[in-house]
Amino acid sequence: MAMAGFPRGSLRPALAAALLLGAVAAGAGALAAGPSLDPARAGPCVEDPKLMRRSHMDFLKHDRDDTVRRGIRPAKHSLAGCVDCHANAKDGRVLGSDGHFCQGCHSYAAVKLDCFDCHAATARPAQTASAVPGAAR
Amino acid sequence: MNPVDKRRREFLGGAAALAGAMIAPGVFLYDYAQAKAPGEPASGKVRWGMLVDTTKCESGCNDCVVACNTEHGLPEATRATDAQWIRKVELKDLRSGKAISAPVMCQHCAEPPCVDVCPTGASFKREDGIVLVDRHTCIGCRYCMMACPYNARSFVHEPTTGQKPDVPRGKGCVESCTLCVHKVDRGGTPSCVEACAAAGHEAILFGDLNDPQSEISRRIASVATTQLRADLRTDNGVRYRGL
Repeated sequence: MAMAGFPRGSLRPALAAALLLGAVAAGAGALAAGPSLDPARAGPCVEDPKLMRRSHMDFLKHDRDDTVRRGIRPAKHSLAGCVDCHANAKDGRVLGSDGHFCQGCHSYAAVKLDCFDCHAATARPAQTASAVPGAAR
Repeated sequence: MNPVDKRRREFLGGAAALAGAMIAPGVFLYDYAQAKAPGEPASGKVRWGMLVDTTKCESGCNDCVVACNTEHGLPEATRATDAQWIRKVELKDLRSGKAISAPVMCQHCAEPPCVDVCPTGASFKREDGIVLVDRHTCIGCRYCMMACPYNARSFVHEPTTGQKPDVPRGKGCVESCTLCVHKVDRGGTPSCVEACAAAGHEAILFGDLNDPQSEISRRIASVATTQLRADLRTDNGVRYRGL
């Protein structure tokens, strides 16, 4: 018998490897689906969503200096503007669970999110999506 | 006319021509700042300032402090180390018994010592004279707190909660009165000024020190006012009457 030469235990690591692969494949399926996030309140984003996903931190960093140092208000890319539009409809926040917009994506991408150590994670009460600069475009 | 006087006249005439366009002999057209349009940067033509009238400020009234705390989401200061952007100071002349009450906050100096000493550039003066801390670059060294002659700055020792969307603040940074910059940029006035007016005292006046037609400039031109520690020549944007 051809198989007779193999020790009986060799089947176990093979099985374990197959199971692991299966698990990774299932995980990859869930990852490919992306995080499920709260929908934005209304209207298009200030930039193309693809661009925002990749570069929102750069936009925010640029405009924060414009606002803090030069007094340009409202900035097109303002963190408060993000929060106003992307806040959860129930609690008005962008943090709290993996369904909340900012936290959900950052935990999916495993990127530390420290904006909200200082900034409010709650939408401004009077602010509607239409009042967010650029959102109407 | 003696030649020296003539030269002086010519020189002064030239200087006046540089300072503003003469539309008629003795009548000048100056370019004064208009209200800032949304999205416009702060203009150097403006210098925001305040005039505190100690003759109107009521002893025991704390409305400006409360309004400031509410506006900026500051917890009420209970310990010496808690953040305090504005405080009421009571002075008493022991000989005459005359008591003076006045709020003291960041004096928004034209030559701010806090900006001079900041090692990271986090402490800065805006074009329109408002002195601020950029918390993104503040490392919390507190050198500015040492340098400030008015004890106007606070360090945030504890984690913060309940921040206002317009006023981010967090542990490990130095902060002080911002002259309600988020409201001023939208054409508003600082909360302490509004609270004082609402209380019926109108002891704090806010306005553009560079515009001679502004209420604050006309008041400063007509009554005696002083800057705190004027000997330091920091040229404060906050002035006091009746000290």
